[in-house]
Amino acid sequence: MTPPAAVIKDTSMLKQKEMISGNYRKLETAVADGRKVAATFVPGNLNELIMCFDMLNNLPEINAIQNGLRKKTGAYIMEAEKRGHSEDVCTYVKADLGMIAKGNIGPDGQKLPDPDLLLLSYTGCFTFMKWFELLREHYKCETAMLHVPYQGDGRISKNMISYVVKQLREEVIPKLERVSGVKFDIDRLRENLARSARAEEDFVWVLESAKARPSPIDAYFGGVYYIGPIFTAFRGTEDATLYYRLLRAEIAERLAAGQGPVTPAGDMPAERYRLVVEGPPNWTSFRDFWKMFYEDGAVVVASTYTKVGGLYDQGFRHDPDHPLESLAEYCLGCYTNRNLPSRVDLIEQYMEEYQADGLLINSIKSCNSFSAGQLLVLREIERRTGKPGAFIESDLVDPRYFSPANIKNRLESYFQMIDQRRGGGKSVPARAA
Amino acid sequence: MSTPVTEIITVTEIIARCQALFDDLNFTYAREWKAAVPGRIVVGYMPFYVPRELIHAAGGLPLGVLGGGEQLEVIQGDAYYQSYICRIPRSTIELGVTNRLDFVDAMLFPSICDVIRNLSGMWKIMFPKVRSRYFDVPQNFSDGVGGTFYIHELTELREMLAEASGRAVTDAAIRASIALYNENRALVREVYAFRARQPWKAPSAEVYLLMRAGMVLAVEEHSRMLREYLDAAAAADRPRRDNSRVVVTGAFCEQPPLNLIKSIELSGCYIVDDDFMLVNRWEQSDVSLDGDPVANLAQAYLHNSANTSAKYEPDPAQKGLYLVAAVKRTRAEGVIFASPSFCDPALLERPMLQRVLAAHDIPFIAFKYAENSGQMQPIREQAGTFADSIKLWSTP
Ligand code: SF4
Ligand code: SF4
Repeated sequence: MTPPAAVIKDTSMLKQKEMISGNYRKLETAVADGRKVAATFVPGNLNELIMCFDMLNNLPEINAIQNGLRKKTGAYIMEAEKRGHSEDVCTYVKADLGMIAKGNIGPDGQKLPDPDLLLLSYTGCFTFMKWFELLREHYKCETAMLHVPYQGDGRISKNMISYVVKQLREEVIPKLERVSGVKFDIDRLRENLARSARAEEDFVWVLESAKARPSPIDAYFGGVYYIGPIFTAFRGTEDATLYYRLLRAEIAERLAAGQGPVTPAGDMPAERYRLVVEGPPNWTSFRDFWKMFYEDGAVVVASTYTKVGGLYDQGFRHDPDHPLESLAEYCLGCYTNRNLPSRVDLIEQYMEEYQADGLLINSIKSCNSFSAGQLLVLREIERRTGKPGAFIESDLVDPRYFSPANIKNRLESYFQMIDQRRGGGKSVPARAA
Repeated sequence: MSTPVTEIITVTEIIARCQALFDDLNFTYAREWKAAVPGRIVVGYMPFYVPRELIHAAGGLPLGVLGGGEQLEVIQGDAYYQSYICRIPRSTIELGVTNRLDFVDAMLFPSICDVIRNLSGMWKIMFPKVRSRYFDVPQNFSDGVGGTFYIHELTELREMLAEASGRAVTDAAIRASIALYNENRALVREVYAFRARQPWKAPSAEVYLLMRAGMVLAVEEHSRMLREYLDAAAAADRPRRDNSRVVVTGAFCEQPPLNLIKSIELSGCYIVDDDFMLVNRWEQSDVSLDGDPVANLAQAYLHNSANTSAKYEPDPAQKGLYLVAAVKRTRAEGVIFASPSFCDPALLERPMLQRVLAAHDIPFIAFKYAENSGQMQPIREQAGTFADSIKLWSTP
């Protein structure tokens, strides 16, 4: 085994770290620097547009994830529940409200600025609407609602595109102009979108590298790092373009060398199981969760969570020639905005294209958007592919709902089931350690 | 005052009919209605709102599907849902897989939450022969933006219904249907106003069953029933109790067990307003009969419809004031937040509404339920204590 990733960090990883901490630093000094701040969501994130107004982008979901990774969210959630928020609702919301109640100290220990605009990109999740109504009540700031219709019939209609474009023109852009004091310049948007598209090409190449055997990446546990820049405050920046170029070069090297993914314990020794995973990960025990996979040689070759901020692997690219239409199409196309039959079709496609041994669903208590219907998804995929599926339950950032022993047991019996389906004996590693 | 025996029987008869409709999870009325005339269709819909006028204009019967309630034993439906998801989708699936909805030609799933949204896709997979449609409504309320989008949505629905019924859905037919639903909504409002004036004459369980009947009956028949009830209930002599007056909110999708509604009243609270079935009071005054009927339905949605959690409130200053207005209009003394467990719309909204009530010095309590909750004792105790405390507060 090579030394752990904690010791040798890839250039891309260092680059991303620097980008994230740089953005937090900018947020911390936003008031002093006279920069305006927009808060918005990952699905339907309009970063290229926000950048046109010299505004900073603060994503509450990302703060909740970062706080979850730092094990701070348990206390925040309890604080929100103490203040009357139901134990039944999404823990991202409560982690955010709890953090605000305790002084709005961001994941890196510095105070976060109050947003000047809540950009309520209402895409693929009902909770978003209530979350920002709750934040609006607190911050009393301007709120722009962008209603993105759901793809109930599994398609994007002209009516949907024109509805979203009109809202961008008549609701979102005027509010961004008013709050920032900067006039909208569509050419600036085009430039940002062109950079996005370049990054998207490299990003898709990285995701698709997992079709190789062994896969040079883990498309779930590693994938959540790879989506970082493109899903958050960096899409459309030169930094993001550079990050994906670096990442692609690194993965290309691993691929050429026949190496598997890098894990927190170093290079993965052998690829024994290739899985598709549906659903977000748990963040409070992220490392432990990941370990349960790589210890047994399980690699995630494709995941749906890495599509919540856009399905670039299905061909979508931000298009500088049709800037507003392209933003609309982007928002409409995010994973959780697709109907259940389309989600099943996508997973089936991944199962085949990535030669997966099975589908694992990590069902998240918080998230009805993902979770409602997942048991049918599992049945459908098992029926269509003949491959075994497994179902585990946890939560995003609420440590009370991560039960390591149960999950480990479930995973181990699942791996055994895959072995049995393969024809009795023990599985053969895809490659020697 | 003595009461003519026949009138009491009339109320009893009406409510017995409603109870029978409520208990009938085979939807015999709708089956018979469909079988009576060839070419008729039945279109199921879930909470909170669909434009029933379009279904009616297509020669269809809109059938409210509100889960299986406490009577239905859910066996297969549980296999489709994790324990942390509310009850209504699993009992609705149970109704589907046990063929209780096998006569339904199309199902509509309104944009109330992600559970119903995803159920629309599940229905497509599980019942491929049924036309299933996720019914989206705008969250942008300007005519040229949300209005235009919504008119398109309504037009697509109109086309789907025409295909299902095999007949054109004409403007004239839609206008005629709007007129019938205007009349029905006016009568529903009248029943609510009557109960708010004299709640002892219109017990909440009765009003509830009466409104539930409107989910399954043809609109003409339901309007007749409402009229009969108003006459009969006004004539009936019923003892007036020293109950507190409360508004119940948060129960707009998965329905509380009937026993829960009875328990609230038995514990000393008259329910003077509620949001159990928003669809029958969604438009707050008559939808216009002049001009383009689809545009009129859209107008009514944008500018003249009820408020609920599934609808965005663009003006922060207005947030939750509809509940304060309901309290004032009905002279209620408190609010009961009764929400289904795991219900995102009800539970995420609740703290915001509670803060608005607190700012207006309106007392409230909150509890959760499931459609199949059996234990009413804790709810009775909580509601009883609330009723007592309201009386204490209001004593000078
Ligand atoms: S419900 Fe799901 S999609 Fe919505 S905010 Fe929570 S985790 Fe995200
Ligand atoms: S009860 Fe609430 S969460 Fe459940 S389906 Fe209805 S609105 Fe959605």
